[in-house]
Amino acid sequence: MGGDPAGNINHDQHDFALWEKRVDALMVLASSAGLMNTDSLRRVLEDMGEEAYETMSYYERWIASVSQNMVEAGAFSTAELADKMAQVKARGTTYGDAT
Amino acid sequence: MPHDHHDHDHGALSPSGHPYRKDDDIVLSYWQMMEISVRELLIEKGHITAAQVHNQINTMDARSPANGAKVVARAWSDPEFKSALLTDAGQASRDMGFDIGPMHLIAVENTILVHNVVVCTLCSCYPRNLLGLPPDWYKSRAYRSRTVIEPRKVLSEFGVEIAQDVQVRVHDSTADMRYIVLPAQPKETMGLSADELAYWVTRDSMIGVGLPQAPK
Repeated sequence: MGGDPAGNINHDQHDFALWEKRVDALMVLASSAGLMNTDSLRRVLEDMGEEAYETMSYYERWIASVSQNMVEAGAFSTAELADKMAQVKARGTTYGDAT
Repeated sequence: MPHDHHDHDHGALSPSGHPYRKDDDIVLSYWQMMEISVRELLIEKGHITAAQVHNQINTMDARSPANGAKVVARAWSDPEFKSALLTDAGQASRDMGFDIGPMHLIAVENTILVHNVVVCTLCSCYPRNLLGLPPDWYKSRAYRSRTVIEPRKVLSEFGVEIAQDVQVRVHDSTADMRYIVLPAQPKETMGLSADELAYWVTRDSMIGVGLPQAPK
């Protein structure tokens, strides 16, 4: 990354959405709980490869990494995650409905 | 965010002058579903509590560049503190009551000979405990790539022209080591109190892409 060719710096700034702040909080709290750390967050982000970097937003990549870390730490299984995501999806069509 | 009792339209800017990011009123995305799911599973299994999530977000929201500005202003007005800050910025900041966490924090001083600028080429490491969450551009590919190869050009795009006889030092942050720039004190502020000085210290001046500015 550092030193690669790149274009102009975009100075637009967005206010963080609630779900993005929650992702950040989950990373901090899961780290405090001893389930992951900054290095394990990075390791999964690096494993995701360049395509994820081009197509996913910053906190999308983070929640993917936190989730993978939680499975690896044994906090929950992929089956439990899949069940939960199906339940969440069934609650409604917006973040407000589903959270 | 305070609860507004009127509907905002999404073309408008927030009170802080930024576009609203669409949030809970658009179609639920796959990654939002994952956030909800991970959070609920961690709570159900007793690893974290809902109150902790809430409190963590409050803590995060309360951090702003005003914290860093207090540290810089004190360094400008208290030579002994400045010396302590340049020796161990983490400890000096903790002594002022700021929670710095376990990371190493290094303060780098701008002088007439040296201008410092901070980047994280890997991702987004940033002295968030003193400055809040990093701005979007700090996390952008363009800033992270170019700051290490053409820092003077990047700085000039931020409106900071560095004379050729001033050395530019670029500091690449890591997860464990964060940098904060101690900007040079503007001549016209000599003699002001620490409280008055803090208004001159901008976020960008502590990243190195800006200079202190007279309060508006």
